[in-house]
This record gives sequence, structure tokens and C-alpha cells, in this order.
Amino acid sequence: MGTLHVAAAAALTTLVFAGATTAANAEVKIGAVLSATGPASFLGDPEKKTLEMYVADINAKGGINGQQIKLFVYDDGGDPNQARTFGTRLIEEDKVDALLAGSTTATTMAIIPLAEEAKTPLINFAGAVQAVYPVKPWNFKTPHTDLMACEKIFEDLKKRNLTKIAMISGTDAFGKSMHDQCKTVTTKYGIDVLHEETYGPRDSDMTPQLTNIKGKAGVQAVVNPGFGQGPAIVTRNYRQLGITVPLYESHGVGSKQYIDLAGAAAEGVRLPAAALLVAEKLPDNDPQKKVVVDYKKTYEAKTGQPVSTFGGHMYDGLMILVDAMKRAGSADKAKVRNEIEKTRGFMGTGGVVNMSPTDHLGLDLSAFRMLEIKNGDWTLVQ
Amino acid sequence: MPEFLQFLASGLTVGAIYALVALGFTLIYNASDVINFAQGEFVMLGGMVTVFATAAGVPLPLAALIAIVATVLVGLALHRFAIAPARGASAVTLIIITIGASILLRGLAAVIFDKRFHSLPPIAGNKPLLVGGAAILPQSIIVLAATAVIVVLLWALMTRTLIGKALLATAANRLAARLVGIDTGRMVGLSFVVSAAIGAIGGILVTPITLTSYDVGTLLALKGFAAAMLGGMGSPLGAVLGGLIVGLLEAFGAGYVSSAYKDAIAFLVILDVLFVMPHGLFGRAGVERV
Amino acid sequence: MVAALQTRAGVMLLAVIILLLPLVLPSPFYFRIATLVFIFALAVLGLNLLMGFAGQVSLGHAGFFGIGAYAVAVGPTHWGIPSWAALILGAVAAGLLAFLVGRPILRLRGHYLAVATLGMGLLIAMVLTNEAQLTGGPDGMPVPRLDLFGWRVRGAMPWYWVSGVTLAIAAWLAANLLDSPTGRALRAIHDSETAASVLGIDLARYKLTAFVLSAVYGAIAGAYLALFDGLVTPATAGFLRSIEFVSMAVLGGLGSILGSVVGATLLVVLPQALTVFHDYEHIVLGLIMIVFMVFLRAGIVPSLAALAVRRKP
Repeated sequence: MGTLHVAAAAALTTLVFAGATTAANAEVKIGAVLSATGPASFLGDPEKKTLEMYVADINAKGGINGQQIKLFVYDDGGDPNQARTFGTRLIEEDKVDALLAGSTTATTMAIIPLAEEAKTPLINFAGAVQAVYPVKPWNFKTPHTDLMACEKIFEDLKKRNLTKIAMISGTDAFGKSMHDQCKTVTTKYGIDVLHEETYGPRDSDMTPQLTNIKGKAGVQAVVNPGFGQGPAIVTRNYRQLGITVPLYESHGVGSKQYIDLAGAAAEGVRLPAAALLVAEKLPDNDPQKKVVVDYKKTYEAKTGQPVSTFGGHMYDGLMILVDAMKRAGSADKAKVRNEIEKTRGFMGTGGVVNMSPTDHLGLDLSAFRMLEIKNGDWTLVQ
Repeated sequence: MPEFLQFLASGLTVGAIYALVALGFTLIYNASDVINFAQGEFVMLGGMVTVFATAAGVPLPLAALIAIVATVLVGLALHRFAIAPARGASAVTLIIITIGASILLRGLAAVIFDKRFHSLPPIAGNKPLLVGGAAILPQSIIVLAATAVIVVLLWALMTRTLIGKALLATAANRLAARLVGIDTGRMVGLSFVVSAAIGAIGGILVTPITLTSYDVGTLLALKGFAAAMLGGMGSPLGAVLGGLIVGLLEAFGAGYVSSAYKDAIAFLVILDVLFVMPHGLFGRAGVERV
Repeated sequence: MVAALQTRAGVMLLAVIILLLPLVLPSPFYFRIATLVFIFALAVLGLNLLMGFAGQVSLGHAGFFGIGAYAVAVGPTHWGIPSWAALILGAVAAGLLAFLVGRPILRLRGHYLAVATLGMGLLIAMVLTNEAQLTGGPDGMPVPRLDLFGWRVRGAMPWYWVSGVTLAIAAWLAANLLDSPTGRALRAIHDSETAASVLGIDLARYKLTAFVLSAVYGAIAGAYLALFDGLVTPATAGFLRSIEFVSMAVLGGLGSILGSVVGATLLVVLPQALTVFHDYEHIVLGLIMIVFMVFLRAGIVPSLAALAVRRKP
């Protein structure tokens, strides 16, 4: 499996480079800064794989407007300072036409000013609201915001008449930001947060925190904003302690891997997620079905790993950019920016994207589906 | 009371992991004065090799054996190609070499394996045992028992065998050891072998509880180093107690004080202990030769 | 005496390089890289005063770096302090903290000192992460630009000169310090604490001086990085950054002013150069660190200097 992976990666890299050299005079340059290693490799790794895979594919099919894509991918290791350096390099040295950059909110915030100053279109993959609001002319984003995830969870809680909750959140940027966003809409949904706990992004045992939640009288449900391996451990510890009230995870749990890691403990857990996770289970008349099934099959066949919504965000970003370049008829930065802003009815893995001058995200709550884990697999909550 | 027992169980489980890492630090330090920051990578390798061997269809016990052998070979290679050639270099130079080795091993693991998290099936199932109202995983008890067995075996090795005594002599005084005919270079190599094996065993046993990935080593090295210093560098007993204490501080800190500052509590205690006892709980005061 | 001459020559060489480098740097990207080298070199120079000259290991140096960085972020944003004043306040705060914790911490020796500084660094990083209403939490916060006498310092070119000139001054100060009685005392401590104390050197006082100075250098460097990047995150003060500083200091050469700059250059430039290795860049980085340390075990600058001296007839 390891050698296969290496071989695949090597083959992919040569493909990208072969594509680049054959059309050295007329090419579209796309730059990416992703956290392929480090604490956010959970996000950056599938993003990078998706990007390289699909750029090779687009080039094989003739490229954009007859031009091949030359791709520059740099790994910032999750460090915003490094992200800014690589962003500068893409703009100043590689002279890219567009940026697909920023796996985390912090690295994204380091790159946005560069894109604005150089007037280069940027599509980012950060989770937090501040990565797209207030709207900046050159900055766009594809992942749902954490605020939307909270609203989706609270909507579901309200439907089930569960209003007194406890929260256990990661102290990483993702968990912290989502926790704060959740707190802004508690009154809107009539939710009472009775108790709050946190855990470090690399903690290996959360039983002390969960014991305190268990001991708190009146808690009707527990919400866990977090990503990476943390939620899987929280889920295991949750069952170990025999806590019986419903557990809600976040969209940070964006891959089948969570079920693999949490095992039987994941039964009955609910979470808001993009339709990608339940691709095959969507009804045939669902307009999103084709795109998510195609992406899932391609990704899983090429990498041998379960698909994640994070890679899906990159797919959406790349396709929105490529479509905009096609409509613009060139890679001219200003024209491409205008065309990205005019994206309407784009069917992505994250949902239907309708951008506008006041909305550079273009997703609404319907982009999220509420899922429940049953028999070791996702099911749609109707 | 059930809360107390739950926190205790959590602290001992996490502490046992730190203890095994700290033990690895101590063994290598004793033989060579090297602080091996790649110790956490030994734990990572134990877990990851087992995961990928079982995924390839190898039965778990054999996979675990392969992982231990592979990790020991990596430990030997680290000693042979990075530590031994730098013989006589200053302590900080050797530390940077082990930091380089840790970056190298992490990079290799990311390419050879992958960058995702993995788990292993627990040896005795997932059903928690109820003790006084606290739910304890059977795997936690296995981890603790294994730590105890390793400590006893190590103690027997050190005091009952010739090779162990040679190792102790090397730790006490390298020059004197060489004068009485001990091949101290070999002893340092041996300490890498034993440390790598302990790390790998730890990695295999804790993966069902804590999960593993290519980069779990850094944090383990940091906590294990702190634990070894708390116990007193050079004292295996101190390393184990140091590990358990750090684990317990984190668990009780998270349970009774604040989960946000639990790591802070552990380090505040370590600082306080060091201010009162500058050589850790069980360390000996070294005499500087002028 | 020879060492002192070498140090002076090193500072001169550094100043010349800073002056002439812009002639060959082709684009703002290269100016950014050079600026990062200067900023990190400033922090490493501070660390080198402590490690190289006083022989004390610190694994928490990024804590001071973080204090400086957050001073210029929090001060202007929350309390309306001008950036330049916040920078000075940050440096003073870091120095003061070093002075306060220095006494008990510096009584520890060797690896015990390492773990104590490690703990101190982690505590600072933890406060920065957890006090979100002030620091923006794990996502960090934006840093207002620096205004100096109505001149807005932004972009790679101005920062090249600000950081370059600061580094040259800092190196000159360090060289002078080393040539002073304090410097001689520090080197004696480095060679042997016991022998130094027998000679009647007040160990604690000199070690504390080195510690406070290193904290101030670190805080100024941190403030520069924050102002240059326009944002800070807790990773600025993190354990990995501390390890990076120590690696830079040791790779370049402990006890060498020029070595601090060479070490910083190596670890700032390598990640840029190694991108050609794609997924294998960390493997190559690790190998390079090992190979350099095995073959140039005193660090790049001192080892090469020793070689050069030996070659001479």
C-alpha cells in the first residue's frame, strides 16, 4: 500500500510536469499554498491530492481555452508566516494568474492581503466566517462556514426538543472558532449551554472532561466542535463512560475515517455534512448526486483512501475557477475575478453555489445535510 | 468518588504512555548523555508499522513483532549512522542530530505510510470494566501492566546480567568503563536498541486507545522529556514515576480545575519541583569535573 | 584576543553584506526572504548570547518572541498604544519577565534548565491561545502597520532596511559585550561553571544578564515579524519555533555572531529551496541537519573557520 502510494504520487507529479513542459509558451498558472503536513494535514493532504489529480485530468483533456495549466503547489506546514512567504513567492516569482490557497483560517488570513494587493483572484478553503466576511473584492471561499454548521445542529436540536446542551470543543482554531460562532446563535434557537469543556488538539484521553459533563444534571445533548482525531476519541470515551444523551459532531468530521476510528461508539452520532459523504445514498433525482458520486469514485480510485469533504472543497474551488476562466475566455485576472463573482447555480460537492458582489461564498443552509451514523455508515436524517 | 476514580484511571493510562517515552529518554541518556528527541518517533513507528502490516493481512501478533523489529533496526541505524559518527560532539550538537532524525523519520512515515489517523483493535475488547462507578477500558489495564513488566525486566537486566552491569558502568563513568574493558560504543548502541523496543511496544499497546499517525511523536517526546526531567534524568524509576505524575496532573487538572489550562498545571508543578529539587525527584547531583 | 578580532570582522562582514545585498536581490520575494533571515537571526543572536556564550540551553525562547509579537498586536488594537511604543514595551516586558523568572530558573543546570525554559515557553503560548478576547485565540489576530514619524513601514523593501540595520546594531552590541569584562565572565561560565565560580565570578548575575538580553533580542525580533507579516498566531510562541531557534543557533555555530546569521539563513532558505523535492522535502531537511551536525559538529561558521586556520601554513 505504501509503495503503491509513492508510485501513484510519483506518476501524478510526472504527469503534472509533463503537462507543463509541453505547453511552455501558452499556459495558465495556478498557485496553491496548502497545509499538506503539520497539524492541519487532515485538511491540506486531501486538498493537495484532489488538486493535482484534477489538474492532470484537465490538462489531459486539452486544458483551459486551449492552454495547459501549470500548477505550483507549496506546503506551509500550517504556519501562517510560511504561508505568507509562499504566497509572496507565487505572486512575485511564479507570477500565477490565480490562487487556490489557505487550508486553515490562520494561513488564509495571511494570504488574503497578498491577493488583494496583487489583484489576483483567490479561492480559499478556511472554515471560519472571517475568511469571507466582510467581503473583499478578490477573495472567495468554498467551504461552508462554522456558523452554518452550528445553525444546522441547533435546528435539529430544536426539532427534537433538546434545548439544554453541553459543549466539548477542541482548543485548536477550528474548534475554538466554531464554539464561538455557536455561542452567537444560542438565543436565536433557544438553546441553553449548561456546561463547557475543552481539549487540546493532540490529547489522547477526554474522559475527565466527559466525566464532568456526565455529572452535570439536565444536559439533554452534547455538541463537539472539533476536527482531526479528537472527535473520534471523544466519541469513544463518550460510550466508555456510558453517556446516553445524543452526541452531535461537527462538519470537521468530514470523512468515513471518523467511523473507522470511533468504531461501534459512533452509532447514533449526528452531524451536519456535505452531501458528498452520502453520495450513493442520495435519491436519484437529487441534482447534486452526479457530481458527488463522480468525485467520490475518482478520488477513492486514485488515492485508495476514503473521500473527505475537505478534498471536495478543493474540487469546488478548482472547478469554479476553471469555469470562470473559460467564461472569461482568458486568464486575465480582473476578468476572471468578475466571472467568479458571477458564478450562479454551480453544482459542487459542497452544495449549490450562487455568488454575488455581496456574497463570496454563495452557499446557504440547504448545502448541509443532517446525517446520523447507523450500522457503521452514514444515513440521511429526514 | 466515581469521578475521582475515573480521573485516576485516565491519568494512569496517559501517564503510562509518558512513562514509557521517559524511560526511553533515560536509557539513552544514561549510556551516552544524548537527549534523543526522536524517541517519540519510535512510538509512532511501533503503532504505524503494526497498523500497515495488519492492513496487509499479517496477523496482529506477527505484525506487532515486525513493528518491534523494524523500530529496533531504525534505532540501530540512527545510532550507527548519526550518533556514532558524531562521537565526542557536544550535547547540543547531538540533540540537533536527533531533532534532524525526528524530522527525517516523520517525513519518511508520511511518504511510506500516509498522513491519516489509524487505530488498532484492542486486545481484550472494548467493553469497559466498572470499578467503583468508574468505567475503565481493559486496554488501559494492559498498558499499565505492560509498563510494570517492562520496568521489572529492565531492572533484572540491569542488576542480574553482565551486559546490564556493563551498561550501568557505562552510565556511571564512561572512561572507567572503557578502562575495565567495556566496549562503551556497543553499550550506547544497545541503549538505542532497548529504547527503540520499549517505544515500539508502547506504540503498539496505546494505539487502540490514543490512535496514531505519522506525526504523534513530537508531542510524546515533549511530554516524555518533561516527565523524565521531573523524575530526575538518569533514574529509570524516576522516569516511570515522572510519567505517571504528569499524566495524573493532566487528568485531575482537566477534571477538577480547567481543561483549557491542564497542560499549564502539569508544567507549573514541574517548575515548582525543579525549583525545590534542581535534579528532579530521583536524580543525583552530578559533580562537574574541572 | 583572536576571537575578539574574528567577532569584529564578522560584524563588519555582516554590515557589508546587508548594504550590498539589495544590489543582487531580483524581486520583493527575495527581499522578504532576506528580511525573514534578519528577523530570525536577531532572535537567534539573542539565544546565542545565552547558549553560546553563557552555555545555558533554552527550549522556550519563542515565548519571548511571542511576547514581542503580541505586544505590537494587542497594544495598538486594544489599548491604543502606538506601535513603536508597544514594541519598546514588549521588549521591556520580555526583559522584565526574564529577570523575574531568571533567578530561580538559572539555578538549574543543563537539561533541567532546558525543561524549565520549555515549561515557561509553553505557559506563555498557552496564555496566548486561551485568552482569546485579548489575543484572538488560536486563529491569532491582525497587527496594525507600523508608523514611524508619519512614514508607514510596509512591504519587503522598507522592512529589509529596518530589520537589517537592527541586526547590524544588535550584532555590534553583542560583539562589544563579549569584549567587555562581562563577556569574558560569560565565556568562563561556558567553559566551566565550577571553575568560573572558584575564580570569584558572580555566576548568577552574569547568567541573568545574558538571559535578560536574549529575551529582549527575542521580543524585538518577534515584534518585527508580527509587524512585517501583519498578523500573529500562537504558533509564533510555540514549542516548534523554540526548537527551530535552537537548531538555527547550533547549526550556525554556538558562540559565533556570524553563525547566528548563517544558521537562520540555512533554515529560512531551505524550505524554499526544498520545494523541488515535493513530498520528500522533510526527509531531505532532516538529512541535511544530521549531515551538517555530524561533519561540522561545532556548527558551520566555527568549524569552517577552524578548517581555514588549519589550512594556513
